[in-house]
Amino acid sequence: MHAPAPGVAEVGAYLDDYWREYADEAGFRAPSSVATVYPPAAPTTRRPGADDSPEGLLAHLDGEGATHAVVNCFSGVEALRNVDFANAYATAVNEWLAAEWLAHDERLRAGIVVKPDDPAGAAAEVARRAGDPRFVHVLLPVRADRPYGNRLYWPLLEAAVEHGRPLALHFGGSSGNPPTPVGWPSYYLEEYVGMGHIFEAQLTSLIAEGAFERFPELRVVLLESGFGWLPPLLWRLDKEWKGLRREIPWVKTAPSETIRERVRVAVQPVDGPPDAEGLARLLERLGSDDLLVYSSDYPHAHLRTYEEALGPVVSPELDRRIRHDNAAALYGL
Amino acid sequence: MKYVVAHEGEIEEGGHKLVTVAGREIGVFLVDGEYFALRHRCPHQGGPLCNGHLLRVVESSGPGDYAAGPRRLLQCPWHGWEFDIRTGRSWFDPAKQRVKRYPVSLEAETYPVAVESRSVVVTID
Repeated sequence: MHAPAPGVAEVGAYLDDYWREYADEAGFRAPSSVATVYPPAAPTTRRPGADDSPEGLLAHLDGEGATHAVVNCFSGVEALRNVDFANAYATAVNEWLAAEWLAHDERLRAGIVVKPDDPAGAAAEVARRAGDPRFVHVLLPVRADRPYGNRLYWPLLEAAVEHGRPLALHFGGSSGNPPTPVGWPSYYLEEYVGMGHIFEAQLTSLIAEGAFERFPELRVVLLESGFGWLPPLLWRLDKEWKGLRREIPWVKTAPSETIRERVRVAVQPVDGPPDAEGLARLLERLGSDDLLVYSSDYPHAHLRTYEEALGPVVSPELDRRIRHDNAAALYGL
Repeated sequence: MKYVVAHEGEIEEGGHKLVTVAGREIGVFLVDGEYFALRHRCPHQGGPLCNGHLLRVVESSGPGDYAAGPRRLLQCPWHGWEFDIRTGRSWFDPAKQRVKRYPVSLEAETYPVAVESRSVVVTID
């Protein structure tokens, strides 16, 4: 689920005096991407009829019958270039989440907001939240300044592992890099459809750089990634690893095996084929009943929901894993 | 059944010779003074395996660490699959993916002889 992207109006009270005055002095209202990533009237920001207040989220939870829900908040903090302000802002967003969202209901959990391209600062923020079990993973925008497997990120990965938090790679982000490998597209559709390539690049990087070998406890969860693209990637990674593995000799098991063991993927949005038969085949090609975890993405709306698309396809056993077992194992619930 | 495939000295160190025996194409290698023979056909898609690079195995203790180990692997020129020259087993799936290997020995050639006539011999101490 999501808390709406906040600005200084929301999180300013949680900035310390220097940074609040720094923001106020300039009339700074929010990182620039907050205005563009979630346009207020778009259904991808708020589905028709949705209430995106804490009370609205709790009503949604009641309807879902959920025992736990993770609130992931896009903050745009990665777009801030003053790294000290960015880290202070990330801290403020987390304080705001704890005080004004998590405190509403014991079912709520949150992703830790960090400035990812300052791995040392991000690691410090992870350590700061580590004592609060309601912060269950480290939220990273999938659009990064460089692939997350890169060794420059290892201080952040190390902190996540040390404090038992999975990395949660989420759709979007405003790192400054274009959302396609060939430069800036003209239209949102291009970024939207192309996001799967970015998830592929991130998973490929985490595998090739040996992040899963360097950090044997590292877990990764993909949010709003879709999963239709995953089976072909698994197939291709294994295929090329067989012939090119001399370049990455630390990768000693087939990448698909590592991904099936260490990575989880949230079901929303279901980006698979339209027919039930095709979806059933896609699930089979994932090759593991442990991969998918339930998500509703409330109050956003993207493509089909789990219930609409996969409800008629999954067995009661797989449904139980997706709705409960896999997330419970991932987060130690 | 044994087949003579080369004379000693014919294959240079680190080199190989392709031969066809009993309907099979086989590569015979000389590596560090030892002879090996593998089928000239990759089990993946039938590539000309024995034309590939003969490389040392790469060992690694973790990201960023590369070390050339003592084992020699033959790398198929088509898709890079690696096979142990000694066992024929692939690196990535040694139990299931392997190429046929054949024992090689260095033997003096012998010729059958028959006695056609005998000589009369006197011994003087």
